[in-house]
Amino acid sequence: MAESNQPVVRLTNVKKTYKLGSSQVQAVRGISLAVPPRCFTMIVGPSGSGKTTLLNLIGCIDRPSSGTVEIAGQDIARLGDNALSDLRARRIGFIFQSFSLIPVLSAYENVEYPLLSTDISAKDRRRAVLDMLDAVGLKDQRSQRPNELSGGQKQRVAIARALVKQPEFVLADEPTANLDSGTGASIIELMRKMQVEKNTSFIFSTHDPQLISHADKTFAIRDGLLVDQSAGGKQ
Amino acid sequence: MIFKIAFRNVFRNARRSTATILTIAVGTAATLIFLAYTLYNVLGLQTSTVDRGGHLTIFRNGFYDFGAGNPAVWGIDDYQTVLKLVRTDPVLAPMIAVVTPVQQVGGIASNADSDVSKTFFGQGFIPSERDAMKRWNEYGTGGVSVGDTGLKDDDPSQGVIGSGLALILGLCKPLHFDYCPKLPKGAPKELDQSPSAANLPSQDFSALSGRDVAAPQSATGLPSLDILAATAGGAPNVVRLKILRVEYQGVKALDDSYIGMHLALAQQLVYGRGEHKVTGIVVQLHRTEDWQFAKQRMLELFAKNNLNLEIKNYAELNPFYVQALQFLYSIFLFIAVIFGVVVLFTVSNAMSMSVVERTDEIGTLRALGLRRAKIRRQFITEGFLLGVIGTTLGVIAALAIAALINRSGLTWTPPGQTYSVPLKLYLFGATQSIVVIWIILVVVSTLASLLPANRAAKMQIVDALRHV
Repeated sequence: MAESNQPVVRLTNVKKTYKLGSSQVQAVRGISLAVPPRCFTMIVGPSGSGKTTLLNLIGCIDRPSSGTVEIAGQDIARLGDNALSDLRARRIGFIFQSFSLIPVLSAYENVEYPLLSTDISAKDRRRAVLDMLDAVGLKDQRSQRPNELSGGQKQRVAIARALVKQPEFVLADEPTANLDSGTGASIIELMRKMQVEKNTSFIFSTHDPQLISHADKTFAIRDGLLVDQSAGGKQ
Repeated sequence: MIFKIAFRNVFRNARRSTATILTIAVGTAATLIFLAYTLYNVLGLQTSTVDRGGHLTIFRNGFYDFGAGNPAVWGIDDYQTVLKLVRTDPVLAPMIAVVTPVQQVGGIASNADSDVSKTFFGQGFIPSERDAMKRWNEYGTGGVSVGDTGLKDDDPSQGVIGSGLALILGLCKPLHFDYCPKLPKGAPKELDQSPSAANLPSQDFSALSGRDVAAPQSATGLPSLDILAATAGGAPNVVRLKILRVEYQGVKALDDSYIGMHLALAQQLVYGRGEHKVTGIVVQLHRTEDWQFAKQRMLELFAKNNLNLEIKNYAELNPFYVQALQFLYSIFLFIAVIFGVVVLFTVSNAMSMSVVERTDEIGTLRALGLRRAKIRRQFITEGFLLGVIGTTLGVIAALAIAALINRSGLTWTPPGQTYSVPLKLYLFGATQSIVVIWIILVVVSTLASLLPANRAAKMQIVDALRHV
């Protein structure tokens, strides 16, 4: 985990162009930004503004058409597919809008899954998973499968899964979009608590005002361009 | 974990997985049952071949290629020495069930009572040893109605006859053989009369030789035939043979010409008062798998004792056996390939649907840091598991069906055989074949998932996560 004040992610003049049939769509048109460590960072903007594309680039699940993406000082353009997979496995946690839990695994197994490819011992793995489930308030539901959990509980499992490997930062794409406001609020509260406790960074893509109000840093995107960046939850 | 996830994924879409597993199971069971049926027929064919002609036959060197035209001159000299050599060898003795001499003879058989005659193919043998050979049943596929010849070692005057030859020579009525057809309307008149020695001209060949004629039929009440053959020296010789019973030979050409007789009588016919030889010495082993070793051992013995002999095995002496085997195995292979293709497409289809349904999950796993190879391995493992479960169920089903059929007590007479055999499936002794088919179908099932697994592994994460 980064203890320095170096940005966890740095984007320099990043562009991303998609082919759509015979035409080309520029989803990101030259964005440069630096995500500060140990805080809630929001990428905000209307639908189609390019914020999910930007999140994908930061999460190393997509490559930029041009420009550089640096994760903890490392340019991802130089990494092959396996190295990128390993980077994601070690340094990046993901929280998805639709939870994306593995339906055939229990809550415990879902949280355990990211640790299986690490060299952590079985005993330590078990302790880490149980601690994490305890932290998100789901220790008693650890044997339940995703279809036996509520939306809020699923998202708690997803948070535990994202944080169990102690990543550099967590990417959360509209994490409250599929939750009612009450559950959304408790999830935001949990993420903030975890961010502080685990001393990590959260990068959100959202247009949920409730979530944006908790931001430490905000990047506003419109039409693939960075139109504003500010401290706090202002857009 | 990969097996745990694969196992759970297999039963995630229970209906589709059940249908896939059942298809694999049915394909496996059908392949195994047909294999068991093929093996049983192969072993049955081997049994019927070996119980008639043994595993190995010793001939004078060159007989196999040149001796058929004149078996009399190709006899084995001093065959008793050869018999003793084989029977007393300490290495061969534990392997051998029967060692017995045989004499081939051909000529003309005549029924003086009916005034008919026909060329015949005869074989002389020692009755008790021939009967012992017919009881050989290494695989339990032997006939349920195999009877002894009824001939006695101490009475060389009696013989048996093919049912076709009995019909041709008018012996059906005297032998009380009820399976002969009736003469059609318009048949020559002289055939349509009761056999009576009193009103038929005699065809007593004994006039040609004036010696070696067996006792007339009136002595025992059995019908008799005069059989004429050329001796080793080329002179005609005749003996009278009392026919004890009819023995169906399975193949019409043989059935219309076969006469089985005591070895002594055949030798008397061929060699007269000269040195009695035999055309072959038949060796029947307890276990078929020993034939190569036994053959090698005998050749060594013959070489050591300066005996100019050759040995042919049952397959070399029965080309039909080899052709039938090839035919049966080719049918099995054809059917097995069809079932293999069915399994291939069924598993491939099920896995392809699974990949499409789990696109979002594939994207998630890749985002969490799973390499492409692990995604590929995940789906291949699922195909492997489908194969393992399906083929294992198929093996269990095939064994149950085989047990049921084997206990049903059904019998049938295979083509070319002379007796009925139990209708059984040879599966319980075919462990190696079961394992091989199990492995092949599991491999087919695993390979069938290769293409969908590759498709899953090559998905772009962003596209997969966007999939609805």
